[in-house]
Amino acid sequence: MDATPRMLVLWVADWPVVAAGVRLDRPAVVVRANRVVAATPAARDEGITPGLRRREAQLRCPTVEVLGHDDARDARAFEPVVAAVAERITPRVEVVAPGQLAFPTRGPARYHGGEAALADLVVATATGVLGVGPGPAVGVADGRFTALTAAMAARAAATRVAGDGVVPDAPLAPVLVAPGAGAAYLAPHPVEALARGGIDEGTIEVLRRLGLRTLGAVAALSVHDLADRFGRTGVAVHRLARGLDGQPPLPGVPAPDHTVRVGLDPPAEQVATVAFAGRALADELTGRLEAGGLTCTALLIVAETDHGERHERRWRGDGFGGAGTLTAGAMVDRVRWQLEGWLRTDGPTAGITLLELVAEEVVATRGRQLGFWGRSPEADDGVVRAVTRVAGLLGLDAVQVPVWRGGRDPAEQYELVSAAAVDLTADRPVTPRRAGAAGRAGPLDRAPPWPGALPRPAPATVVAAPVAAELVDVAGRPVQVGAAGLLSAPPARYRLGARGRGWVDVEAWAGPWTVEERWWALRRRRRANLQVLGADGTAVLLAVEGGRWSLVAAYE
Amino acid sequence: MRREVSLQELGERVRPTALADQRALPVHDALLPLLPGGLQRGCSVQIAAGVPAATSLALALLVAPSVADSWVAVIGLPSLGLAAADGLGVDLRRLVLVVPPPPGEWATVLATMLTAFEVVAVRPPAPVAPADARRLAARARERGSVLVRLGPARWWPEAADVSLAVTAATWTWAGDRRRDDGAARGHLQARRVTVEATGRRAASQPRSVDLWLPGPDGALAAADPLAEVRRLVPAGRSGGDGVHGGRRAADRRRRAIRAAARRAERARAARFRAGR
Repeated sequence: MDATPRMLVLWVADWPVVAAGVRLDRPAVVVRANRVVAATPAARDEGITPGLRRREAQLRCPTVEVLGHDDARDARAFEPVVAAVAERITPRVEVVAPGQLAFPTRGPARYHGGEAALADLVVATATGVLGVGPGPAVGVADGRFTALTAAMAARAAATRVAGDGVVPDAPLAPVLVAPGAGAAYLAPHPVEALARGGIDEGTIEVLRRLGLRTLGAVAALSVHDLADRFGRTGVAVHRLARGLDGQPPLPGVPAPDHTVRVGLDPPAEQVATVAFAGRALADELTGRLEAGGLTCTALLIVAETDHGERHERRWRGDGFGGAGTLTAGAMVDRVRWQLEGWLRTDGPTAGITLLELVAEEVVATRGRQLGFWGRSPEADDGVVRAVTRVAGLLGLDAVQVPVWRGGRDPAEQYELVSAAAVDLTADRPVTPRRAGAAGRAGPLDRAPPWPGALPRPAPATVVAAPVAAELVDVAGRPVQVGAAGLLSAPPARYRLGARGRGWVDVEAWAGPWTVEERWWALRRRRRANLQVLGADGTAVLLAVEGGRWSLVAAYE
Repeated sequence: MRREVSLQELGERVRPTALADQRALPVHDALLPLLPGGLQRGCSVQIAAGVPAATSLALALLVAPSVADSWVAVIGLPSLGLAAADGLGVDLRRLVLVVPPPPGEWATVLATMLTAFEVVAVRPPAPVAPADARRLAARARERGSVLVRLGPARWWPEAADVSLAVTAATWTWAGDRRRDDGAARGHLQARRVTVEATGRRAASQPRSVDLWLPGPDGALAAADPLAEVRRLVPAGRSGGDGVHGGRRAADRRRRAIRAAARRAERARAARFRAGR
């Protein structure tokens, strides 16, 4: 039985709404990628739970306030709590994500006279920073996963007593699980709780379908059976169900080559600059670890300023229990969060001159399944490196990838997002269709049409800034679009102003497709698009707005 | 009986043979007559500028590699129509765009992208220096990347391995093309182009092919060279499918209906006046 240290976990439910500063007795949700990630107790009362789409949430509660997500805001708001705990109780506090922190209890418990007293002190400290409303919950147990489950149970208990959706008006009582009683404590919990331990949804679904509904049922199985069926995930599942951490860290002090640092000269004054330097460091660190077959689960980030101030924070990968690892992108996120948090509290008084990343805990990596048809992950890594280098030369917004947005005009349908800021290997919504064979979709796969949108084919050149143009009829008068959406006269020739070309005769034209957007608001727009085929064989898309024609796109 | 074999022969025999398809990137079926062996790795392709459909042709070259999971990049085309690229079949998850770099950094940026991306389409902002062009060609050959060159061909000191030029382009129209009305009559439907390929070395024999670039649904397709250019939609789209006599019959029917409506309206107005 390997020793799992006693850990205390402080957890605040729905941290993003707390960080946003909304009142918890009003319904409000925080939305990320059109899905709800956090909801106030009042919103939960209305039936809104995390995972719903935004529209569904608004359907269930039309008055719900919808807020966008902001990682930096969450980190900034959580920093005072972490700083308070680090100052009063122990500096060895580690943060998993804004809203959750953990630390080993052995030393502090002895100092403060027992775990119960320590837990009460942590609750009091957090309540002192946050107020009673958010209800910081504390759980103490062997291992982080059990402690987090205990903290969530503490909050659930208070909610049951007080009634659903009510904001607690007294600090939540901490839940302490006796040493060695972790397995018994976890037994009645549903198997979905493993998602907090970093186990993926697919495995949990299979466990449920196999009839294993509770963690006790899972723990009763033999670890060999689980390993046979699920591999290393099965071993992690078994450990978590028994109340241990998912994967024991490799023992030993961090090797010297698990530390990377960079000096920033001139001192960096902006978080984005430090984050960009952190990107290179994170890539180097993960590269070194992977060369040794390791991956990082706990990262210490140290930042020093010109004036000698030093700020360090320990971060743990997503998913308690060690099953969560930190990728390079996740490390960069945490660098940013840490600096944002530091700015929020006393803050550095000078620019950052040193950034250091230390991989404190590492576990053996599971390896990566190479693509079956030979596409290697090295190609993706090379692409990311090239993109990062070009972004370093030209700026973060110089390299872009398209993301489907949807819209009527050709210019609106796709948004260009900085490539250095997204995970290039992750799936992005790039097309309104579901991909069929070889990317071509059948007629049933088309997304619903946008009224006022142009028919296919789409123009191959979409000018970024509309170019002024003139469109006249046979008499030389400018062509107008009337209220009924009809042209005043058939167009005879057009000219593009900025290019200085001469008049081009109109051989055929189509449209106008009138678009009237937001007629109820001050930002209303009325415009009409017209396809024009010139006598020289070129086809362009002209648009009129406010009586002025402009070139929007060309069918090059 | 043993045969004496030289070490070199032995080396040739045991070296893993490079499969033909690894030496070349895939191209769309419609473009195969122009590039019979696919896009040879390390080659450069020049798209003639100043003719319509140049951008679409460049996008057409990106279709098959992106669908085959290769990364493709476009540098220096800020006005690229992404819906058109998606319609032609380019997998936008594998497409990366770079804004036009300042002239001093242009060669460095292109060299960096050639290192990691398998197909890079670029439009230079100014004539390319011979030293830069040589270095880029060497980098492309070394990494096995394909360089698609847009912009005037005379801006590049050396001719490309393959030159593609659009020699004819005709748009077809969906629906009616009458121009004397105030309302929409059909829309642009498809463009039939003739693309000619000339090249150096193995590709020196000029070849040409007819394509729908883009086709009616936006996709790239081969066009039958022997068929005359016919309307893609059977005549009388808004009134019949040829069974009932075709376009002229549909027009006649429409005119008859409108005349009948006008007569009925006049009769109604007359009755109203009479009844007042």
